[in-house]
Amino acid sequence: MVNRMKMDELINDNQFKQLTFLELDKQIRGLYYGDLLSWVMSHAKEGDAWITVQTHVNIVAVASLLNLSCIIIPENSTVEQATVDKANEMNIPIFSTELNAYEIFKRYYQKDLQ
Amino acid sequence: MSDYPGFLKYDYEVERYDFTRAGEASSAIKARLKKLGLDTDLVRRIAVASYESEINIIIHSFGGSLTLYISTDKIIIVAKDSGPGIDDIELAMQEGYTTASDKAREYGFGAGMGLPNIKRYCDRLEIDSSKGHATTIVMTFIITDMDGEQNENG
Repeated sequence: MVNRMKMDELINDNQFKQLTFLELDKQIRGLYYGDLLSWVMSHAKEGDAWITVQTHVNIVAVASLLNLSCIIIPENSTVEQATVDKANEMNIPIFSTELNAYEIFKRYYQKDLQ
Repeated sequence: MSDYPGFLKYDYEVERYDFTRAGEASSAIKARLKKLGLDTDLVRRIAVASYESEINIIIHSFGGSLTLYISTDKIIIVAKDSGPGIDDIELAMQEGYTTASDKAREYGFGAGMGLPNIKRYCDRLEIDSSKGHATTIVMTFIITDMDGEQNENG
């Protein structure tokens, strides 16, 4: 079962801030949380929005290789500028939010039901 | 494990401890394969396996390269480094076993899933390595008829 959601439906409130400057024309097909890159590599699915507290530049390569829709950094973690630059280059939107992973999932679930 | 006659060949250098550029070789491989119009699932499997082997070269070896070989029915990726070799291949194939440094683990690498992921995603895997020697990993992916025709979501 694939639930699709336009990225801006989940993101368009003031609790998510886009750190990249990319057009949000992709769809979110699911949410995935994980910080071990190899684990994410073998389990996240195409179109997933990926929640992770890893913020170094390599997360962009992972997202790009898996065709993930975007990266969400929870709990206001600081993201390195090199990561944002790379994400702009590779067309992977990165969002920062003060919400924690549970709250992000909850928000997705609620919007998905609407 | 030398060259494959009749295959197109592309080389990608991978440097030791170059965490910043980790994934660039596999991204380049993926981009090239996408242009061939291969099935997205096959491209994903190749991308994951080449990424894992690229990371292995970065965090475990003295440096090396990925080489992509393309023919009409097969994709082969050869990951080669200049040592120091895998101590115990059987252990390295076990999920969760890792010899990665703290630094690598801090970055989210070193989950002990590199080789197991590679094995899971390629159709044939050959590993030539021993302690104190260079490592060569040959990953073969078969292109079936289905792969050309399948196109996810139309």
